[in-house]
Amino acid sequence: MLQGWVIVLASFLYLGVLFAIAWYADHRSDHGRSLIASPLVYALSLGVYCTTWTFYGSVGRAAANGIGFLPIYLGPTLLFALGGFILYRMIRIAKANRITSIADFVASRYGKSQLLGGLVTVIAVVGVIPYIALQLKAVSNSFTILGNYPEIVMPAAVGAVPLFQDSALYVAMILAAFTILFGTRHLDATERHEGMVAAIAVESVVKLVAFLAVGAFVVWGMHDGVGDIFARAAAVPEVATRLDRADAPAAYGSWGTLIFLSLFASLLLPRQFQIAVVENVDATHLNRAVWLFPLYLFLINLFVLPVALAGLMHFPPGTVDADTFVLTLPMAHQQETLALFVFIGGLSAATGMVIVETIALSTMVCNDLVMPLLLRMPWLGLAAKADLSGLLLEIRRWAIAIILGLGYLYFRVAGEAYALVSIGLISFAAVAQFAPVVLGGIFWKGGTRDGAVAGLAAGFVLWAYTLLLPSFAKSGWLPEGFIAHGLFGIELLRPQQLFGLGGLDEITHCLVWSLLANLGGYIGISLLRVPNAREARQATLFVGGADVAGHSMWGGSAGVGDLLPLAARFLGRERAEEAFQRHARSRGLRAIDELPADARLVNFAENQLAGAIGSASARVMVASVVKEEPLGIDEVMNILDEASQVRAYSRELEEKSQELTRATAELRDANERLRELDRMKDDFISTVTHELRTPLTSIRAFSEMLHEDPKTDLEQRTKFLGIIVSETVRLSRLINQILDLAKLESGRAEWTVTAIDVDEVIHEAADSLTALFAEKRVTLDLSGLDKGLTVMADRDRLMQVMVNLLSNALKFVPADSGMVRVGAEGTASEVRVSVGDNGPGIHADDHEVIFDKFRQGSGGTDVLTDKPQGTGLGLPISRQIIEYFNGRLWVESAPGAGARFLFTLPRQAGDNDKKTGGGT
Amino acid sequence: MANRILIVDDEPNIVISLEYLLKKEGFEVKVATDGEAALSQAADFRPDLVLLDVMMPKKSGFEVCESLRADATLADLKIIMLTAKGRETEVTKGLALGANAYITKPFSTKDLVARIKTLLA
Repeated sequence: MLQGWVIVLASFLYLGVLFAIAWYADHRSDHGRSLIASPLVYALSLGVYCTTWTFYGSVGRAAANGIGFLPIYLGPTLLFALGGFILYRMIRIAKANRITSIADFVASRYGKSQLLGGLVTVIAVVGVIPYIALQLKAVSNSFTILGNYPEIVMPAAVGAVPLFQDSALYVAMILAAFTILFGTRHLDATERHEGMVAAIAVESVVKLVAFLAVGAFVVWGMHDGVGDIFARAAAVPEVATRLDRADAPAAYGSWGTLIFLSLFASLLLPRQFQIAVVENVDATHLNRAVWLFPLYLFLINLFVLPVALAGLMHFPPGTVDADTFVLTLPMAHQQETLALFVFIGGLSAATGMVIVETIALSTMVCNDLVMPLLLRMPWLGLAAKADLSGLLLEIRRWAIAIILGLGYLYFRVAGEAYALVSIGLISFAAVAQFAPVVLGGIFWKGGTRDGAVAGLAAGFVLWAYTLLLPSFAKSGWLPEGFIAHGLFGIELLRPQQLFGLGGLDEITHCLVWSLLANLGGYIGISLLRVPNAREARQATLFVGGADVAGHSMWGGSAGVGDLLPLAARFLGRERAEEAFQRHARSRGLRAIDELPADARLVNFAENQLAGAIGSASARVMVASVVKEEPLGIDEVMNILDEASQVRAYSRELEEKSQELTRATAELRDANERLRELDRMKDDFISTVTHELRTPLTSIRAFSEMLHEDPKTDLEQRTKFLGIIVSETVRLSRLINQILDLAKLESGRAEWTVTAIDVDEVIHEAADSLTALFAEKRVTLDLSGLDKGLTVMADRDRLMQVMVNLLSNALKFVPADSGMVRVGAEGTASEVRVSVGDNGPGIHADDHEVIFDKFRQGSGGTDVLTDKPQGTGLGLPISRQIIEYFNGRLWVESAPGAGARFLFTLPRQAGDNDKKTGGGT
Repeated sequence: MANRILIVDDEPNIVISLEYLLKKEGFEVKVATDGEAALSQAADFRPDLVLLDVMMPKKSGFEVCESLRADATLADLKIIMLTAKGRETEVTKGLALGANAYITKPFSTKDLVARIKTLLA
C-alpha cells in the first residue's frame, strides 16, 4: 500500500495542513489575536533546533558511539538553563533596535556597518549550506527507503543517480516553493512571521510524537521494555561495545567540543536566532522556555539509545545504515502506518529547519548583501523608485531558491562522504565564528567594526581551510593529497593538522584554530583604536542593555513629506501610513500631517525601515532624505556621553585639563614670583639710586656754589670742600658695596681660605677703627675674647664683617657714653663672636628686615635711609660672607636695651666643600 | 620784607648747602629735619615756601605735603618737593598732593633758585 504516490500525497497533505495553520495564525495576528503569544508555543518553536539530524542522525550516532549523540543536546540545555540572561538581553536589544537577523544584529552593534552585515551573511550562507544539504539527504533517503517497502533497500550512492531521477532534487524544489509561499507572501512591516512560528511549533509536536511512537514501538512492541533491550544488548559482544565506548578517554575532548559547539549553535544559527530572538513575542516567555525547551530535548532523546541498540541487534552488521533505523525498524516489522508517520515526522523536522533557515538567510541576503549593493549602484535608479517592496520580495524569493540550490549542490558534491551528524557539525563550527562578535558585542564596549571584521574573516577562512575544503577533498572534488601533504606540499599547512597540531578530531582541531584566530583578530584589532562615536553609541545600546532606541544620531531633520514616501517604498503605502498614524497618535497628535519634523520622527522612520530592510540599509536610506545639519557642540557632547569608551576619553580630557590647570597655576605662580622679583629689583634700583643721588646732591650743590662764588671765605670753603670729600668717599663706598654684594650673590666672589686666628682678626679690625671710636669718645671693650680660636675662612672677608659690625655699633651708640663690647668664645664645634652696644636697640619686627637689602619698611622704618646710617648694605653683605662659611649671623635686641650682633663659624670648617670649590 | 623759606630734609650736608645758598639769595631761612618738625615749623614760622624732601624719618614728605595743603590758613604756601626718587609715579603723586613743583636730586643750584623766585614772584 505504500506506493510512491501515497507517500507524495501524504507529504503534500501534511504541507498543506502546515500552510493552513500558518495562514490562520497570520490571519489571527492581523486581527490582533496572536496565536503564538504563549511560552509553550515559543518553547515548541525553539524545537526547530531538532532537525533530521536529530530525528534520524541521533540514532545513527548512538549506534556508532553509544551516548556520543548526547552533547549536541547538552549544549542548548546548558545555554537555556544557565545562560537565559544572555538570551534575555539579546531579545531586549533586538526588539529595541528592530533587528531582523543575526547579520543585522552584528552589523547594528558595530556601528550599523554594511560591510559587517554582508560578511556575516556570507559566512552564514556558506556555513549553513551543508546543513541544508543534510536535510535534503535525509528526506530523499527516507523517501527512497520507504518507497521500496516492504523491501529494505539502502539508497544508491548520490552520484550514481542521474540528476533528474534524484529525489533530493525534487525535495529541494518542493521545499523551495513551499518556503517561498510561507515566508514571502507579503513583506511585513515587522520582521516577524507569526504564521511561520505557529507552523514550526506544530512541526515540533509532530516530530516529537513520531519519534516517541517509534521509541514506544521498539521498546514495548518489539521488546519487553528498556531493561530487556539493554540486557539483550549486553549479551551481544559487538553491540555491547556501544555502551562502553563513550567512556573511552579520547571521547572526552570531543564531548567538550560538541557541547561548546551546540551551545553556540542553538543561539547563533540563523534559524535559531530567528526563532529565539527575532520572532520572540514577549521576553518573559523565556522564563518558562528555559525549562520547557530542555524538557523537549530530553523527550526527543529519550528513546535514541534503545532504538539504536535494537537496530544493531535486529539487522546484520553492514546491511542497514544506522541513520535509517528509526524508519527501517517499523518497516521490518510491517508497521506501514507507523513507518509513514515516521517519514512525516522526518519531513517535518526537515521542513521546519529548511523553512526557518532559508527565510532567515534570505532576509540576511536581501537586507545585508543585495540591497546595500543595489543601492550603491546609482545607474539602477533604485533610490528614485516609488515602490521597492515588490523588489524586496523578489530578491528574497530568489535568495531562497538559490540557497536551496546550493544546498542541493553540496549534497551532490559532498553528501556521500559524511554521516548526517558530521555534515551538521561543519555548519555548527561555521556559526560558532559568530560567538566572539555577538557575545563580545553585548558584554564588551571596546569592540570595533574593524575588530569584528578581522575576527570574523580570520575565523571563517580557517574554518573553510580546515573543515570545508577537506570535506570537498574527501568527496573527491579536490585532490586528496592536499589533506595528506598540506597546501603546496608544505607539511605545516596540512588542513587537519595545521602547524603540526595533531591528536584532535577534525572538529576540535578546526575550532581551536578558527576561534583562536577569530578572538585574536577581534580583540587585537579592536584594541588598536578607541571606538568611534557611532560604534560607541551602539555599544552603549547593546552592552548597557538600554532598550530605548530614542537617542538619535541624526543631527538633522526631515519632515513627514520626505519620510512617509520613503517608508511607503519599502513597506507599501498602506502599511506605512498606518504606522505613521500610530506614531502620530502615540505623540498625542490627530493626523500624520501634524507630526513635527524632528529627530524623533526620523528615528521612528528609521526604525520602521530597519524592520523591513535591516538597520544598516535603513540608515543609508534615511540619510538620503535627512538634511543633516552639522552637529552642534551640545549634541556632539550628548552623543559622546553615551559611551563609556568615550567617557574614558573624556576622563583623559579631564585629566589633561587638570594638568593644564595645574600648569597654568604653576605658570601663574612663576609669573607672580617674577613680578615680585621684578618689583624687588625695581625697589632695589630705586633705593640704590636714592642712595647714590643723596651724596651727589651735596657734592653738586657745594661744587656749584664754590664754582660760582670764588670769593667764598676760606672757612666756608674748607668746610664745603671737606663735605665734598666725605660725600665722595661715601659714594665710592656705596658703589663698592653694591658691586661686592652683586659678586657675592652671583657666586663670582674669590675666596682665599686659610686657618685664621679669630682673636687676631678682631684686634686688627678694632685697630682700624680706633680713630673713629676715639673721635666719638666711645669705649671699645675687647676683654671678652678667648685666645687661640681658629676657623677656616677668608681673612679679608672676615675683617670686612668685623669692621662692618663695629662701625654699625659705633654709628648707633651715643657719643661720649657709647660702649661697644666684643666677645669671642669656642665650643666643641664652633666659634661664636658677638658685638654688643648700648644704642637705641632694634624692634623685634626689624630683626630680620635689617639683613634684607630689598625689604624696606615704609616711612620711618626704612632701614636703608635711617640716619645716621651708612649704605645699608653692610649687614646683607656680612650675612652672605658668614653663611658662605656655613655660619650664622643674627641680632639679639630690644628697643632701649641696645643691640647684640652675633655670628658663628664652624671651628675647623673642614666639612666645608665650598672652600675648595671657590678657589684660592 | 624778605620771603621766608622752610627747608625740610634729614640729610645734614644737603641742609647745610641749601641753607647757605638761600641765605645768600636773601631769603629768611629755617630748617626742619623730619616731617613732624616740618609741620610745627610751618605753623610757627609761617613760611612763604617749603623745600620738602620726600624720604624722611617719622613722616614722609608726601604726608607733610598733604597736611600742609589741608590747612586753610596756609593757602598761599608754595611747596617744592625735593627728592632723590625720580620715578614718574612719585612726581605725579607729589603734584597730585598739591606740590607746586617737583625737583629731583641732584639739582642745579641756579635752577632751584630760579624756580623759587618764579614761584614767589
